[in-house]
Amino acid sequence: ASSRCGEDSHGKLYKNDTETQLYSLKMYSIIHIFYSSYHLWKYTIYDEDEVLLALAEQLGNFTMLVGGPEYVHCLLPPLESLATVEETVVRDKAVESLRKISQEHSPVDLEVHFEPLVKRLASGDWFTSRTSACGLFSVCYPRVSSTVKAEIRQHFRTLCSDDTPMVRRAAASKLGEFAKVLEPEYVKSDIISLFTALASDEQDSVRLLAVEACVSIATLLPQEDLETLVMPTLRQAAEDKSWRVRYMVADKFSELQKAVGSEITKNDLVPAFQNLLKDCEAEVRAAAANKVKEFCENLPEDNREQIIMTHILPCVKELVSDTNQHVKSALASVIMGLSTILGKDNTIEHLLPLFLAQLKDECPEVRLNIISNLDCVNEVIGIRQLSQSLLPAIVELAEDAKWRVRLAIIEYMPLLAGQLGVEFFDEKLNTLCMAWLIDHVYAIREAATCNLMKLVEKFGAEWAQNTIVPKVLGMANDPNYLHRMTTLFCINALSEACGQEITTKQMLPVVLKMSNDQVANVRFNVAKSLQKIGPVLDSNALQTEVKPVLEKLATDSDMDVKYFAQEAISGIQSLL
Amino acid sequence: METTKLPPSSPSSPTTSFSVPSAEKVDGFPRRSMRRARQRRSHSSSQFRYQSSQVELTPLPLLKDAPVAELHDLFCKKLQQCCVLFDFLDCVADLKGKEIKRAALNELVESVATSRGVLIEPLYPEAIKMISVNIFRTLPPSENPEFDPEEDEPTLEASWPHLQLVYEFFLRFLESPDFQPSMAKRYIDQKFVLQLLELFDSEDPREREYLKTILHRVYGKLLGLRAYIRKQINNIFLRFIYETEHFNGVAELLEILGSIINGFALPLKAEHKQFLVRVLIPLHTAKSLSIFHAQLAYCVVQFMEKDATVTEFIIRGLLKYWPKTCTQKEVMFLGEIEEILDVIEPSQFIRIQEPLFKQIAACISSPHFQVAERALYFWNNEYILSLIEENCQVILPLVFATLYRVSKEHWNQTIVSLIYNVLKTFMEMNSKLFDDLTASYKVEKQKELKRERERSELWRGLEEYEERRMQMLTEAARNQRNLQERSLASPRRQLFVQKLPPLPCKAAAPSF
Repeated sequence: ASSRCGEDSHGKLYKNDTETQLYSLKMYSIIHIFYSSYHLWKYTIYDEDEVLLALAEQLGNFTMLVGGPEYVHCLLPPLESLATVEETVVRDKAVESLRKISQEHSPVDLEVHFEPLVKRLASGDWFTSRTSACGLFSVCYPRVSSTVKAEIRQHFRTLCSDDTPMVRRAAASKLGEFAKVLEPEYVKSDIISLFTALASDEQDSVRLLAVEACVSIATLLPQEDLETLVMPTLRQAAEDKSWRVRYMVADKFSELQKAVGSEITKNDLVPAFQNLLKDCEAEVRAAAANKVKEFCENLPEDNREQIIMTHILPCVKELVSDTNQHVKSALASVIMGLSTILGKDNTIEHLLPLFLAQLKDECPEVRLNIISNLDCVNEVIGIRQLSQSLLPAIVELAEDAKWRVRLAIIEYMPLLAGQLGVEFFDEKLNTLCMAWLIDHVYAIREAATCNLMKLVEKFGAEWAQNTIVPKVLGMANDPNYLHRMTTLFCINALSEACGQEITTKQMLPVVLKMSNDQVANVRFNVAKSLQKIGPVLDSNALQTEVKPVLEKLATDSDMDVKYFAQEAISGIQSLL
Repeated sequence: METTKLPPSSPSSPTTSFSVPSAEKVDGFPRRSMRRARQRRSHSSSQFRYQSSQVELTPLPLLKDAPVAELHDLFCKKLQQCCVLFDFLDCVADLKGKEIKRAALNELVESVATSRGVLIEPLYPEAIKMISVNIFRTLPPSENPEFDPEEDEPTLEASWPHLQLVYEFFLRFLESPDFQPSMAKRYIDQKFVLQLLELFDSEDPREREYLKTILHRVYGKLLGLRAYIRKQINNIFLRFIYETEHFNGVAELLEILGSIINGFALPLKAEHKQFLVRVLIPLHTAKSLSIFHAQLAYCVVQFMEKDATVTEFIIRGLLKYWPKTCTQKEVMFLGEIEEILDVIEPSQFIRIQEPLFKQIAACISSPHFQVAERALYFWNNEYILSLIEENCQVILPLVFATLYRVSKEHWNQTIVSLIYNVLKTFMEMNSKLFDDLTASYKVEKQKELKRERERSELWRGLEEYEERRMQMLTEAARNQRNLQERSLASPRRQLFVQKLPPLPCKAAAPSF
């Protein structure tokens, strides 16, 4: 009982062996109950995948409930049977739990109980148990004796050439993980041959998983072995006849690049990347386009610029006018990042035309991705360079039929305003900002009010008084009650930024006047607004102007108006 | 095993994976813009890529004009000529070459189909090579990631003008009276078959149709490949069910299997039973069941007709996977159950009648009238009706309460009248049992009503109690405030404690 993990809490209670035995007995009865109920679950009423999933998950947390690590092996039989069910999610969860509790086994228990289970699964009849076994090798390998290790390696080897593609896929997906726990000599002797075999499997679904493993394997090997052991396979994968494999290479390109180091990157990956950018399948091109920035960032600094300018940029230029909009939009989401890498002059000379081309792209997603990343370029060349060309695009997007596009543009307004300055803004963008206030989508009107507040914070109260406030207050007489409410929302947002004087002299009279509005929604929003701007007003105004109006609203015929008026009265109470 | 890491293996996922980031930002329009992209280019082909350098084709003399001595040589040359692939996405590229190849293919097809003695051994490898070069290719990613075979137009293979002739040639080749399986098996091997099976994922229905017939012939003529073909189909299905949920050719493969099952020897091998239990039945869980349900049901019924002892497996399997929320699938399941019941042996029927009719009762009470209607149609089937009549003692008690209740409650008038007919049938079958059940139903209903009344009284009591308690509490709070105010002036007094009213005694045994 000395190895019991419950020692701290329970150990002192046992004065002699009898008590320990009694305790074990109790534990076993709990285990027994647990087993019988488990059988009940499994074989009778709840043979439902959802239940099995929950069961598989919970069993991973059962160690303490069955008496601590000493007894954890009694969780293995139920998990073993869950690891053989057909439903993938259940099986995966069972494997996850098995991996978890494997750590709680003592090295002896691991060899006596856990490892035999792995072997049983690995030699199971049905593919499900063998796929589950693939995920368990790496957790027990580091903690078993060398003979058992040899057996585990053998089992893994067998599963890598299994008859069913499902098992080979499982093995391929765990290859990298398994390689990490192996001794270096076995990585070379065992893993490489398995990797090569899986990477030339007859099924592309297996081959593409080998690409993933390639990343881990490459990091484990010394640089001098990479060329002979890994690169032939990787080169082959980058030119695989199945686009899925090439897609995978493109998708993992940055990881691969880091794993193989700068020398190989220069000689091998650069041409491979060029090919992926020119691939015949749009999927592959899009995946590669997504990696353009990361790839360039990770190039060795000494000749990064030269590689980009002579090898990558020509491909990028072609992608800008790709036939597939997803490729263009993938590129648009990263292309701005290149400006920081290439510096001001190159950006202006080479990238700017590309940005502008994408800004004029027919697909709104492409334009949006460019606009959303303006800040990257801004850091390098300043937005003024772009503004002339940006403007038409912005104006167009500001009136886009998709409200989410309009929303995205609104969110960039404060940034643009800050960059462009007051004059330019007043001249070109102010009308747009005001137009959004009467958009027919609420989310846009809301964002537009918020935008006004940020603009006032940037340009100051005086600017607000001259340009925004009159227009906002003018809307208070609009025949559409939604627009009248927008006035109130704007006042809510602006009062603080505008300060006491503007609020008291210009805004308050309008709000008070609106308390007679015939639409109840406007009236209760008046109550809310009064509460909101209360802190900005002086107590005199509150006492003599606000309070009487609120008291009148508190006797309104409409229930909601009454409610919000009362809320507001108690809200401003403390200010009086 | 991390199947979730597999996405790119399913043709749809890479596409979704790059529409995701944009979908997060600008939800709502990727789908429509995808559609637009599709309309622009609904042809797709990844065939052309493997052509390294373009060869200029020169027309060869016609086969029919060739002297007998040179016929085979010319045939061979034509086969080699047809190994050249053309770019069909560019519809004006190399029109001359395309025409030469088309004419050559046409000639080959005709020659194999009509003249005897053409297929001699040296032609086999050439023919198979020509076929392989043309048809084997990685299928392009789906143009439409959310491709719904029922709603959307499939993407058609652009190179079909040539591909069709190649398939036609292959089919004629297999069907030729000169065809020698012993020679062909050296070239049509496992690797060939595996690639052939992968093509069933093609979105183009014309291609799948050819593949279906071809695979059927291969299965029929090359006995050595049969087990392998079955195993690979198994793998495709298992992957479809548990990993990708995407494969365009399930219906076609099932159709072939239907005829394969038909030919199984008796008693059924363990392998075949395993296929039924672990593959065919779980196929019912697929989201896209409607596309291949007819073929699947046919396979299932074939199994039953072969060996009645699998009936229980099948029905219990279907009940296990019975759709819980998808009424469209429920109707399909009911249709399949009827097909099964049509051929069921009475002895097998007895074994599954209880769970089955519990499910049928549940369907009858479905608020979706098509489900209820489909279940009630069972009573129009004479064979099923005779089975029900034989087992009336068991079945009627299972469905009676549902029928009675639904006949009073269902919103749809057709259902109500169908139920009346069913009730009438039962009354005629066994009026004694019917009356007994009616009586006990009414007693049960009374009890239920009583329970319901008690329950609502209890709730009312609880609400009143709660209301009184709240009153007391506010009163107590007010009193306490008064006390505190007064206690400023007068010496401290005992706080006023209000007693709570007693709970209603009915609450002793709540039956929620």
